[in-house]
Amino acid sequence: MLTTRIIPCLDVDAGRVVKGVKFQNLRDAGDPAELGARYEAEGADEIVILDVSATSDGRETAVNTVERVRAAIRIPLTVGGGVRTIDDARRLLEAGADRVSVNSAAVAEPALVARMAERFGVQCVVVAIDAARSTGRDAGRWEVVVKGGRERTGIDAIVWAAQAATLGAGEILLTSFDRDGTGDGYDTDLIAAVSTASKIPVIASGGASGPEHMALAVGAGTDAVLAASIFHDGVYAVGRVKRELKGLGLEVRL
Amino acid sequence: MDVAIVRTGVANTASVVACLQRLGAKCRITEDPREIEQAAAAVLPGVGSFRAASERLDELGLREPLRDRILAGRPTLCVCLGMQLLADASEEASGAPGLGILPVTVRRFPDRVKRPQLGWNLVRPAAGDWPEPGHAYFANSYRVDDVEAMQRGGWEVAIADHAGPFVAAIRKGRVLACQFHPELSGAWGESLVGAWLGTAATEPDKATGRKEARC
Repeated sequence: MLTTRIIPCLDVDAGRVVKGVKFQNLRDAGDPAELGARYEAEGADEIVILDVSATSDGRETAVNTVERVRAAIRIPLTVGGGVRTIDDARRLLEAGADRVSVNSAAVAEPALVARMAERFGVQCVVVAIDAARSTGRDAGRWEVVVKGGRERTGIDAIVWAAQAATLGAGEILLTSFDRDGTGDGYDTDLIAAVSTASKIPVIASGGASGPEHMALAVGAGTDAVLAASIFHDGVYAVGRVKRELKGLGLEVRL
Repeated sequence: MDVAIVRTGVANTASVVACLQRLGAKCRITEDPREIEQAAAAVLPGVGSFRAASERLDELGLREPLRDRILAGRPTLCVCLGMQLLADASEEASGAPGLGILPVTVRRFPDRVKRPQLGWNLVRPAAGDWPEPGHAYFANSYRVDDVEAMQRGGWEVAIADHAGPFVAAIRKGRVLACQFHPELSGAWGESLVGAWLGTAATEPDKATGRKEARC
């Protein structure tokens, strides 16, 4: 049976790993290739790089970053951030990404997911969904947000997840906008709803401050958990997280 | 050691190249049938669809050179879709022929498990002591599930479980085919590729007739 994947996320700006809360107040957290290699040695099952550069110069650097990280690690590498076209995806795959994640561009043009799946295969296509809990009349639902949360789309996140799977997504990278950076734990209701509706693997993101949160996310139906700050800040080494998850009864690769 | 990596046009080869380079091999990516026929070692990578890859083999005239070198037991590594292409056919693409080396049809994982199978699964010997058990990274919606057909064909078989046992890898002499991605399977996967390269290093070079030094 498949093990639960533990995935450190590197938010990269202009060739450096940065960290912040809700995409704000970014601070330097190190070199992506060095961090990637360290996390692999600690037992990471995959590395995700999200290019958070605001400028086109930063985007050019991202390809170089992917090449450097690819040379440094022997585990899968998923890259996203600013992917708008088949050509963007191809450049990242040729640089050494194994999978490419699309977010806003797929929301704007869902057919992009189908084209990517046809060209590169479903296992290469990750659809990233940032979801925020709705309030008032729509309480109990989630809305897709884009542009780092600055823009609400009115699209139902669960409906979009199911549609993305039908179009050819091989996995959903699901971030709870409400929980991201809070350390309050993953939004398990959101995970359960997306996992059931999409029927494809899900990576849960946003809110983890320890293994207990990860175990709850797995119980809700996620296949993998992504975290950034707890690893970058040295609160937890990846290996310690995996040993504790095993202690909680989960299958992990040690 | 020079390794020819087959450019099937649908595969992302960067990870395979990075793995081989870490092991000290020199890689060239090629679609030239003569080069692929004569290379001391060849890799058939595979990401993408069975139909696109099958058509590509015909367009480039690669079907015979690949089939010949594998049936002759010359050093060849097939990865993921590259392994599935060894079969007669696949449920993914009715009517598209594989290389016809494995007398089976590649089948889709049933609906009761998540598709694609994406992540790390435990690989172990079906019989005997190959390979050393370890976790491997899989990214596939289709698989070969007839373990006995492989064994009847004289292959050593490694298995994993996803909706029941399926063929994770097969080996016969210097031919290794993996459903998982050894190049993405950490130190365990790298050692598998390293062992295969080691067997390839003892292969007489067809072009020059001399034995290549171990790299």
